[in-house]
Amino acid sequence: MKLLVKSSLMVAMLGLAACSQAGLGGSGAGGMNGAGAMGGNFDPASPEYFNQTIGDRVFYAVDQSTLSAEAVATLDQQANWLLNNPSYTAIIEGHADEQGTREYNLALGARRAASAQEYLISRGVAPNRLSTISYGKERPIEICSNEACYSRNRRAVTVIAAGAGV
Amino acid sequence: MKAQLNTLFRGLGLCAALGLSALPVGAQSASGPLRIEITEGVIEPLPFALPVFIADTPDMADAAQDITRVIAADLRGTGLFREIPAEAHISTITSFDSPVQFADWQAINAQALITGSVGRTSDGQMVVRFRLFDVFSQLPLGDGLQFVATPETWRRMAHRVADQVYSRITGESGYFDTRVAFINEEGPKNARLKRLALMDYDGANVQYLTGSSAIVLAPRFSPDGRSLLYTSYESGTPRIYQMDIASVTHRPLADLPGTMTFAPRYSPDGRRVVFSVERGGNSDIYMIDLISGTQTRLTEAPSIETAPSFSPDGSQVVFESDRSGNQQLYIMPATGGPAQRISRGSGRYGTPVWSPRGDYIAFTKQEAGRFHIGVMRVDGSEERLLTASFLDEGPTWAPNGRVVMFTRETAGTNGAPALYSVDISGRNLQRVATPGMASDPAWSPLLQ
Repeated sequence: MKLLVKSSLMVAMLGLAACSQAGLGGSGAGGMNGAGAMGGNFDPASPEYFNQTIGDRVFYAVDQSTLSAEAVATLDQQANWLLNNPSYTAIIEGHADEQGTREYNLALGARRAASAQEYLISRGVAPNRLSTISYGKERPIEICSNEACYSRNRRAVTVIAAGAGV
Repeated sequence: MKAQLNTLFRGLGLCAALGLSALPVGAQSASGPLRIEITEGVIEPLPFALPVFIADTPDMADAAQDITRVIAADLRGTGLFREIPAEAHISTITSFDSPVQFADWQAINAQALITGSVGRTSDGQMVVRFRLFDVFSQLPLGDGLQFVATPETWRRMAHRVADQVYSRITGESGYFDTRVAFINEEGPKNARLKRLALMDYDGANVQYLTGSSAIVLAPRFSPDGRSLLYTSYESGTPRIYQMDIASVTHRPLADLPGTMTFAPRYSPDGRRVVFSVERGGNSDIYMIDLISGTQTRLTEAPSIETAPSFSPDGSQVVFESDRSGNQQLYIMPATGGPAQRISRGSGRYGTPVWSPRGDYIAFTKQEAGRFHIGVMRVDGSEERLLTASFLDEGPTWAPNGRVVMFTRETAGTNGAPALYSVDISGRNLQRVATPGMASDPAWSPLLQ
């Protein structure tokens, strides 16, 4: 994740055009990929910065919802961004890979979303700005049937939306 | 028999049009030697002859062909029967009431002979009559029967005939006059469009009950077959809805707590529903009394508790929980309270469903990267895996408790789900006809 942040900074220094103000977040498959190769000199207060520079998602081990050190590092930055940008709320989507039964995976996705939500709250983000939804195994982002894809599908994605908390 | 069958026809909109009476056919044997004991496992299917039903009038010839074809397909599809092709027949049935030349059917080694006719009443109703014979004892097996209904219901009349034949020969009730609710799937794996759909058990008469704008999952029939519970994202988050099949209208099941509600299942009397509620990442099992609206929390644990299913007497609930560290099956009283673990093998166990006969629990097992559909006794003994594949899950019982249907999904970027059925003996694995990709089957009770 550190590497990716660096590379997007380099891209920014090269002065490539920033993406235009895109739609917020995106649902399910999450059009924005926090670990992707896209970059740009995003306004640090923009959702694009959140999605692409900080990273909008964290990943989990098989059948687990505990946060890895890498996930914690990402969530720390997400929390800071949310604290610095109080006009945004977030929906945290929990996802599972296809190696599980449908209803269990719904429950597992909810557990993952809640683990990310609880961590953000522990870092000071107001609970009323964070909601969760589980997609179970309904919305994989990678579609191959091996661990390379599964490890990217076991995720919690923080989808930023404009608006104060409820 | 007559009274019982008449009772079956009370109910649905069909009943006004669908009448039934036993023909006065004279001789009748109690139960001859013609018998399949399903429990012993059938290795050699019973050969039957089914000459095309007689058309009472020339304009009924196509209907007679179609009805005969559906009956034969029902019987063959069980794996318990083998059809002797018409080309091999020596005798020709020219009239429904003429005497059967048993020697001709014995000569081709038919053990069961089914004869029938298709006609029309003066007011436009279709009349389907049939008789079943034990060829070697040269006796009818049970009464001849006639079904009278609107011509559009010809498939149901054919299924009724096949149910009668199956039931008389096996001693078990049939499962052909049934429907299957399922999720129709379209589109790529990372953006599937899902619709709640309904079809006859053999894939005919597909009907879509929802659009594809919201993800829908895991339908479950009410015990009267008239409504479905399912989980939908239509409000944004997964919640349980109830679909009235006749009117194709749906509404939230009730004002339920939690962020997500899912995994609903009716009690056998249709008065209660068990389901899962997720709150703060924790899923537990609740029950709602549909008459009083009272909600009861049945489990209270930090682990995942889901996929509850009632015992046929409504007194117990089997469910899955990962309280031991991974998914296993448990049984608790339907009022809540201490749960007993019943799954004992290695691997993970989920989606338990109690057989309508009460003798088995069907489940999904996941072990070493493979998925299985299996059955076990209620105390967890006699575990038997019926299937193995990359991804099999979510069994649903045929109403006679002898066959399960489930989802099988293939691997890879073009992986696609389809419906399959298998006997609880593990034999007769078959793909179920669907218009496209399909998942999450729910088998209806016998139609009324």
